[in-house]
Amino acid sequence: MTAISSPERRAASAAPGPVSRRKTRGDLRSERRAGWAMAAPAVLLLLVFLIVPVVLGFVLSFTNARLISPEPTSFTGFDNFVRAFTADPTFFRSLLNTFAFAAVVVPVQAGLGLVLAILVNQKIRGAVAFRVVFFIPVVTSIVVVSILWKFLYQPDGLINSFLDSITFGAWQGTAWLNNPSTALAAIIVLSVWQAVGFHMLIWLSGLQTIPGELYEAARIDGAGTWRQFRDVTWPGLRPTRVFVLITITIAALGLFVQIDVMTQGGPVDSTSTLVYHAVRMGYRQQQIGYGSALSLVFFVLVLIVALVQRFLTRDKD
Amino acid sequence: MAVQKGERVLSRRRRLWIYLAMTGLAVFFLFPLVFMFVSSLKPDGQILSDVGGWRAFLPVGDISVDNYSGVFDRVPVGRFLLNSVIVTTVVVVAGLVVNSMAGFALSRMRWTGRGVVLGVVIATLIVPFETIAVPMVYWVTQLPTLVFENGWIAYDFGWLDTYEVQIIPFIANGFSVFLFAQYFKTIPTAIDEAARIDGAGWFTIYRRIAVPLSGPAFATVAILTFLPAWNQYLWPSMVVQDEDLRPVMVGMQYFFQENTAWGEVMAYTSMITLPVLVVFLAFQRAFVSSVAASGVKG
Repeated sequence: MTAISSPERRAASAAPGPVSRRKTRGDLRSERRAGWAMAAPAVLLLLVFLIVPVVLGFVLSFTNARLISPEPTSFTGFDNFVRAFTADPTFFRSLLNTFAFAAVVVPVQAGLGLVLAILVNQKIRGAVAFRVVFFIPVVTSIVVVSILWKFLYQPDGLINSFLDSITFGAWQGTAWLNNPSTALAAIIVLSVWQAVGFHMLIWLSGLQTIPGELYEAARIDGAGTWRQFRDVTWPGLRPTRVFVLITITIAALGLFVQIDVMTQGGPVDSTSTLVYHAVRMGYRQQQIGYGSALSLVFFVLVLIVALVQRFLTRDKD
Repeated sequence: MAVQKGERVLSRRRRLWIYLAMTGLAVFFLFPLVFMFVSSLKPDGQILSDVGGWRAFLPVGDISVDNYSGVFDRVPVGRFLLNSVIVTTVVVVAGLVVNSMAGFALSRMRWTGRGVVLGVVIATLIVPFETIAVPMVYWVTQLPTLVFENGWIAYDFGWLDTYEVQIIPFIANGFSVFLFAQYFKTIPTAIDEAARIDGAGWFTIYRRIAVPLSGPAFATVAILTFLPAWNQYLWPSMVVQDEDLRPVMVGMQYFFQENTAWGEVMAYTSMITLPVLVVFLAFQRAFVSSVAASGVKG
């Protein structure tokens, strides 16, 4: 499996091949009608619950719409965006936090995922069992994970006790999530813990596309473990690499649940993120227009990432 | 995985290092969950006093299921579970039907507008739900709905606090359609033509030929839609206030905010983690290949 290639192109080749039997006009008409009928439910649902909300979100971004409001909604031009970038320090902080989170999570999660994939790809007994263990956090709900780790991070929780015992009591213990300088880092650790198993599997399927003969040839040429990794594994993983980096980046930019369950953006906005702030303003404070504008900023970031992916894979296929 | 020919047997020393590394990592990935399950069986005082040592990971001392019965006494968690089961089942089953039909039409039939629809379906893959969540709340408050009033059917506006608002938006899924289209493409089209000559309609071909031949595609899509549906949090936390319709994840967050009784919180989280874990361990091969299949997303 090539982990990545332009979906349009591949799906386009899904078109039925040249028709060998001559079709009558009636056949074609019934095929046309049946085709529409069978695609209609999905198309209709995607239209109403995805495309309309996207368009609506765009339109609402330029209004002062509120969820429940006695006054009629009116267009306000770029006011929401001006407000976000000039008069909303929490937004700015959220944007920085989101970037900081992504900047750490992307390399760490991708790197650890690759290490795990290489380990479970070894031809040794029990590798499958370890693969299962590393994947278990992925099937655990992120809400459960957030609550659980909140307890681990308590001042009298497991992590402080552990640090206390390995430092023979020298560790004073800290309230990880209540300290502005450690809260985001604490959330990064559990986020990687929860999601890295997923990317381990993506890396693994990439590793398994590399022919064993290449390693054999490299060994005959006298390449050691490191040389084999650098000259065979790494180039062979190019398409997988782009996919892993892009999916982690988009997921990291959308950080929400951990924040909502563990810190509500605090202390002093040190863990507020773009999506968290958009939901807080748009839903909890019912400023739908402003919340939509913030969501649009997030969407633009995702689009930029997607375009970067396009660019990186342009010479493929 | 198949052992490639010519593979050198790893040296004993190297194998030892690999086992050591994997064991260390396994501890890192398992310790929070072991702690959760074990603590769910202990009274609060003992959880805190055990936290400093190995006893935190062992079911020793005053072990009971009191925390579990405590959760049931305090909140209608059975109801929450039922709600999540209903929502998840309908999303997965209806999704399999709707998305596979669309995938079939897009990959094996010729009709006007097919290319445009395919382009739109693929374009939807780039939209994360978080970008439309806020406008979508506004949108569902504007949607018409049928209501019963004094024995009459009337219509009203707003989908808040219903099952449909938790289900219908998540049935159609561009990625599922795409996976089905990719899979159906691999079935030879000659079969369709033979069936057409025998007078079979297109729906019959889909139902009697394509579906029975596509078990793996259905399994993959079922698994990939099951997890997010079961784990739904952001959306129901916004559109469902009614406790009778609340799913487990949102119910847990409320429970967590109102309680500092850690034993009961751990019992609640254990209760909703265990079923998914059992399903995963039973079907781990299918899970793994589904995730690998999701690697084609791009």
